[in-house]
Amino acid sequence: MKIRVLVSLKPGVLDPQGRAVHHALEGLGFKGVDDVRIGRTVELDVADETSDEALTEMCEKLLANTVIENYKIEKLG
Amino acid sequence: MAFRSAVITFPGSNCDRDMAVALEQVSGTAPLRVWHGDAELPEGLDFIALPGGFSYGDYLRSGAMAANSPIMREVIRAADRGVPVLGVCNGFQVLTEARLLPGALMRNASQHFICRTVGLKVENAQSLFTQGYDAGQKIQIPVAHHDGNYFADEETLDRLEGDGRVAFRYTENCNGSRRDIAGVLNKSGNVLGMMPHPERAVDAAHGGTDGIALFEGAMKALASA
Repeated sequence: MKIRVLVSLKPGVLDPQGRAVHHALEGLGFKGVDDVRIGRTVELDVADETSDEALTEMCEKLLANTVIENYKIEKLG
Repeated sequence: MAFRSAVITFPGSNCDRDMAVALEQVSGTAPLRVWHGDAELPEGLDFIALPGGFSYGDYLRSGAMAANSPIMREVIRAADRGVPVLGVCNGFQVLTEARLLPGALMRNASQHFICRTVGLKVENAQSLFTQGYDAGQKIQIPVAHHDGNYFADEETLDRLEGDGRVAFRYTENCNGSRRDIAGVLNKSGNVLGMMPHPERAVDAAHGGTDGIALFEGAMKALASA
């Protein structure tokens, strides 16, 4: 089973990388970009019987730092 | 009795030797060196140090992989028993990722790696690690990091300040840290994480010796305990 975990910074947490990329996009002449925030995608290939609880635990224990990050688990089938 | 300390080395640690030299200089006894893959800590440790560096190449997040290494299970157990644990720089990142300390260390607000000596104010001079200083004392300690921007939510920050758990603050905020926080203590006061490197300020040839009081203070406190 293919799983995609999207890890993003929580709202309100300053994202210096996003800010720098935002600045660079403006430098390239792109107009109308209000905000840029950078996250991370983790793709997993797991046994079909892997439970939702196990996936959540993987995110909570390692893939995301829940102090600063949110995560979303997507099953790609 | 000889001071029995240990320095943990992860793949990518690069301040482990500096930490060992500082501990030996101040205590007169060379610390034991422990590898991240070791399943057990030496018995009867008085002090555990997690050094700076780039453990596991900062994969995933700084300190995230090291926080889950075999030896960290033992370090967490030792910390829970009250053994003093000092984490410097990457060691601080490891301690937050291991949930021994609250908050997280994010990319510096400037995006730049900073490597220079900064001013610190000693906020709490009563802790095991800081009693060698006076409250409010200004000291000079080097920093060298890319991810030193301390973050915690407002409620956590209020709690840390209310409980006297902010050990050090930057006199000038160099990395974007919330409330200028440079070092925090755990609830019991036996775990300290800090981004600045006290082990790089223990010899006049380093350009300063303000780090000595941290190690000496902790040793004296432990000797009299």
